[in-house]
Order: sequence, then structure tokens, then C-alpha cells
Amino acid sequence: MTAQPTEIATYNFAYLDEQTKRMIRRAILKGIAIPGYQVPFASREMPMPYGWGTGGVQVTASIIGPDDVLKVIDQGADDTTNAVSIRAFFKKVAKVAVTTETANATIIQTRHRIPEHPLNAGQVLVFQVPIPEPLRFLEPRETETRKMHALEEYGLMHVKLYEDIAKHGRIATTYAYPVKVEGRYVMDPSPTPKFDNPKMHRSPALQLFGAGREKRIYAVPPFTDVVSLDFEDHPFEVQTFDHPCALCGAENVYLDEVILDDHGGHMFVCSDTDHCEKRRAGGHHGHLAPETHLASEKTEPAK
Amino acid sequence: MYVAVKGGEAAIANAHRLLADRRRGDRSVPALRLDQIVEQLALGVDRVMSEGSLYDRELAALAVVQARGDMIEAIFLVRAYRTTLPRFGYTNPVDTGAMQVERRVSATYKDLPGGQVLGPTFDYTHRLLDPELAAGAEVETPAQRPVEPEAMPRVSAILAHEGLIEADGEMPLDHVPGDITREPLQFPMARDIRLQALSRGDEGFLLALGYSTQRGYARNHPFVGEIRIGEVELELDVPELPFAVPLGSIRVTECQMVNQFKGSAKAPPQFTRGYGLVFGQSERKAMAMALCDRALRASELGEDVVAAAQDEEFVISHSDNVQATGFVEHLKLPHYVDFQAELGLVRRMRAEYEARENEDKAEDKREAAE
Repeated sequence: MTAQPTEIATYNFAYLDEQTKRMIRRAILKGIAIPGYQVPFASREMPMPYGWGTGGVQVTASIIGPDDVLKVIDQGADDTTNAVSIRAFFKKVAKVAVTTETANATIIQTRHRIPEHPLNAGQVLVFQVPIPEPLRFLEPRETETRKMHALEEYGLMHVKLYEDIAKHGRIATTYAYPVKVEGRYVMDPSPTPKFDNPKMHRSPALQLFGAGREKRIYAVPPFTDVVSLDFEDHPFEVQTFDHPCALCGAENVYLDEVILDDHGGHMFVCSDTDHCEKRRAGGHHGHLAPETHLASEKTEPAK
Repeated sequence: MYVAVKGGEAAIANAHRLLADRRRGDRSVPALRLDQIVEQLALGVDRVMSEGSLYDRELAALAVVQARGDMIEAIFLVRAYRTTLPRFGYTNPVDTGAMQVERRVSATYKDLPGGQVLGPTFDYTHRLLDPELAAGAEVETPAQRPVEPEAMPRVSAILAHEGLIEADGEMPLDHVPGDITREPLQFPMARDIRLQALSRGDEGFLLALGYSTQRGYARNHPFVGEIRIGEVELELDVPELPFAVPLGSIRVTECQMVNQFKGSAKAPPQFTRGYGLVFGQSERKAMAMALCDRALRASELGEDVVAAAQDEEFVISHSDNVQATGFVEHLKLPHYVDFQAELGLVRRMRAEYEARENEDKAEDKREAAE
């Protein structure tokens, strides 16, 4: 005998109630109007824990409609557990079409990466942000950091970057590398590797950032200047890798290190799984590519 | 040969299937019913309602059983549900002076109007495990007192006329009470907002902070003016109707802490107050909340802020256990992209360091040879 679920609890389309979605959309619009400015919003509890993408999920839930095609990545990959979980969440509560193909998605929710495939006008990239405040580790108090932003008082950040150079000979920030948006607000691009920072600059896609636990939303509208902080004599530079991807042979992409054995054997592969699969399907091969042809599901239609 | 890991979806589904199995446990043991939890684990249900900010025993009981008894997980389940509910309106302020009191004690007066009523308390029980309970012994019916015709006045009201204890405090007439479930928290915050945050704050966190004030970190000499537990009426103003509509009653615990205060540039010597109010029966939480509330009034009363419990941004930013558990546990999520970025940096810095070391050694050798 199976128990019938009771009517004890029911949920709206895309989980959030419509009042809440409107509140979040207002915050998004304000964020778009003031690029890089952190808009406080009344973040809700979500059915996944704070710190697991609740900000991004709320942004996505507020903008998604039945015709959208959603892609969710974590660490660049569609198949990491949290990405799978968030994708399954929207499949369940919004019954939207989902895809792993960057070019086919209308909304891409991401944690820690920007896809390698260039984004187009009309696409929305939603970032999950743990700590939205770029000055937080220099000044723990919100009351202070808000003042610093208001006064455009970013000296502390430049001193930090300078001290890095003095101590280590280089800026020792490799991810969540601070950027200046449209010449005004210093912004945390979320913990993406600095490799991805240049992709944000003048991107044709709308970039939205949601920090659920910290209750902040911010935005970079299409074609907005996003400049990584640096010094004339120590210009910003991205990570480079000594090898191409071992599976698809791609160069100038971000690579993950995969441990192969316990004797120090390792290989480097694309962090962006969709990009890697596309290239291999297109006949590119890295030196460790398996012979078998890759068959993976791409797009699942809306239900 | 490495092949990109696939099958996250199946792994997650299987993990959840196993979780459901473990939650149910041995199938030969009868499954818990929600009414059993509501009736027999009532204080656990109360905590979930209080920190989950939703007064619904049945849903709280469902959350407790679904969470396998993990309180923070249960609180999280309730919060994630209540946040989806539309807000229809706000009830009128609850009058705890008109409470149907089941328990009321004061530590500042031996006797007072309405008397001391112990009610269903663990106080003075000897904490001896009860083998008879394990054997399923029958429980006596409780003694009953006649219903009090008069409501019990609150201790703060009794004391107020002497002027030695501060009044309830006043807000400007045009002050609209905030709502932390609808508006983002911003610092510094008004006391109404702070009390809301404390009321849903983690019992353990507030307990530890309250305790720290007793041990000298922002000591403020507290006395329990009064603790009362019982049912209060809820009423809602409906625009179409000329009277307030009764919605029913809820059970709450209220604590009025009275604190000695030597006076400051801002306020004369008097007894000040800290306030605690939580859903259900939880004296520990209500008392801890009152201690923290008083400590957090430091700047309002012109006291030096010297300890963690007095620091509003510190206390309120970290009191929510749903937020805290999420962010602590998110460290389990993959971070290999960031880790890779750091690994690359450390490798480069390490290589430079070793090159320098080798250079220095070579230099030393050369010097020694010379």
C-alpha cells in the first residue's frame, strides 16, 4: 500500500510566490540601473541550504518563464552534484526545458565559472555568490563597507593588491579577483577564477549575481565595462596552462587537474564539460582522449 | 584511462533513496505518526515552530520526522515552506498581560498578584532516568486549579508606577514595525527588527551568548522579573469590518529580564529590561533572548560596547542557524576550480622560492670555497 501525499503543503510555479518574485525583480532592475552596486533584497529561505546557490536560485526563479531553456553548471560542469540538483529542482518546480549546451540556453546559472563558448545577446548568466562584498575580508563590518562604496573609497583594496606585490612579487589573488564596473563600483565577480574576468567585459549577455545568505543582488548589464583592478607596472593577467586539454586538445581554456594514480600522475582537462564534449564531437582529440564516442543527453524539452 | 565522471543524477537519486530507508529504519517497528510527535515530543516541535518562524504543530512534526530528528534540518524544512506563503496581513499586537497562563514565575518577588504558578516545568525534577517510562507506565491525570477570573498582570506593569524600572519603551507614532521575512536586514537596526531576529535565532547560539554576559563579558546583573507561558489570542484587523477578527490562540513563552543599571550620560540609574518572546514553551530560549536583547541595547543606554554579545552586527549576522549551517556545510561542495587556481599560484611561488634557496646555497658554497 502506498501512502497518498496529502494537501498539507503545496508550491507555486518556480517555487517562490509571485509577491516575492516581484520583490526580487525590483531588486534586479535596480541592480541593472546601477551596475555593480549591491542591492539589498529580502532573500528567502530556499529548499536548498544557504551557501549552496540560494541567491542564484532566487534570481533564476524570479526571471524564469515556461519558455526558457535552463543550463546549470558548477565548476564549469553540468554534471557536478549541485548543478544536477539545481537543474532537477527547476525541472520539478517550473517544468522548464533544460540543456547542457551553452548556445541553446536562455538562462545559465553558474557557480565558479563562465562558459568558454561566448555568450550572446538575450542570454542571462546568473551567478551564485557566497560573499558579495569585495571589501569584506579587508573590513568585516557591513556598516563600514557600505560607506566605503558610497564614497568610492577603494584605497584599502589597492593597498591590499600592492602589499601582495611587495610580499609575493605578484597579486596573489587567483579567484574572486576584484573588478571595477563602469568606472564606479568595485565588484566581486563571485569566486570564478580570474581567468574568466575578461569574459565579463562588454559581454552581450546580461549578468546577474545573487547572494542569498548575504541578501544582495547585483548586476552587470550587457556591454558594460568590467575592468580587473591592477597597476600600470603590474598589469592584470589571466592564468595560463602549460598543456592543452588532454581530452579535446583545447588551448586557452580553463583546465581542471585530475589525479590519475597515487604516484603523482595527473592530467589536465577542460573545466567546461560542454565545451570539451562539443570539441571532441567535432573531431578534436587530446593525447589522452578515449576512443569511444561520447553520447550524452543534451536538451530535454519542457514538460 | 580517465573518462569524465557522469551519472551525478543517478548517484543523487540513490543517495536519497538510501536516506529515506535509513529515516524509516527497521520496518518491523511501527512508523511514527505526526500526532505522536506533536503530543509526545512537544518541546521539540515548539523549537521547530519558533526557529522555523511558523506556528503549525503538524508541519513542524512532519519536519521533525522527515529530518530524522535533526532539529536544524527540521527548522530549515519549515522555513523553506513558510517563505513561499503569501503574506495576508499583520495581526494586532498580542497582549501577553491577558494570557491564559499555565506557568508564571518571578524571581524578583516572593509573591505578587496572580501568584507564582509552576506549571509543567522540568525545574526541581531530579534528573534520574525513569525505567517505568521506558516500560510504558500509565501517567496520572494532572491536578487542576479553577480558571482565574482575572488576568495576571505582568510584573513590568506592577513595577512601572515606581519609576525605578524603565517603561516598555516607545516608538515614534509613525513607526511601522519591520518584518525580517519581507525586508533585508540592515545595520544598525531598530529594536523591533532585532527582537524578531533573536526570536528565530539559534537557541544554542543565544544561550552561549547570554551565558557569556553572566560570566562577565558585558555583565549586566540580570534578574528574572517574570517568565510566563500560556495561550494568547490573535486578532486581525480586516478593512471591511469595524472590529478585529479573532484568529485563534497561540502558545508563547515570554521572559522579562530586569537588569541593574548604574546610569550613564544617556539614562538615569534604574532597572533596565531585556525581553524575550518565543513560540511554544521554551524558557531557555526566551531567557537567553532576553539577556541578548539587553546586552544589545548597550549603545542605546550609553554603555561601552566591549563584548561579543553587545555587538549587533556580530550577534544578528550569526544567530540564524539555517544560514550558519548552510554556509558551513557548503564547504562540502566542489571547489576544484578555485583550488586549481590557488594550486597554480602556490606551485609558481614554491618554484621561485626553491630557485632562490638553491641560488643562496650555491652562493654560500662559493663563499665557503673562497
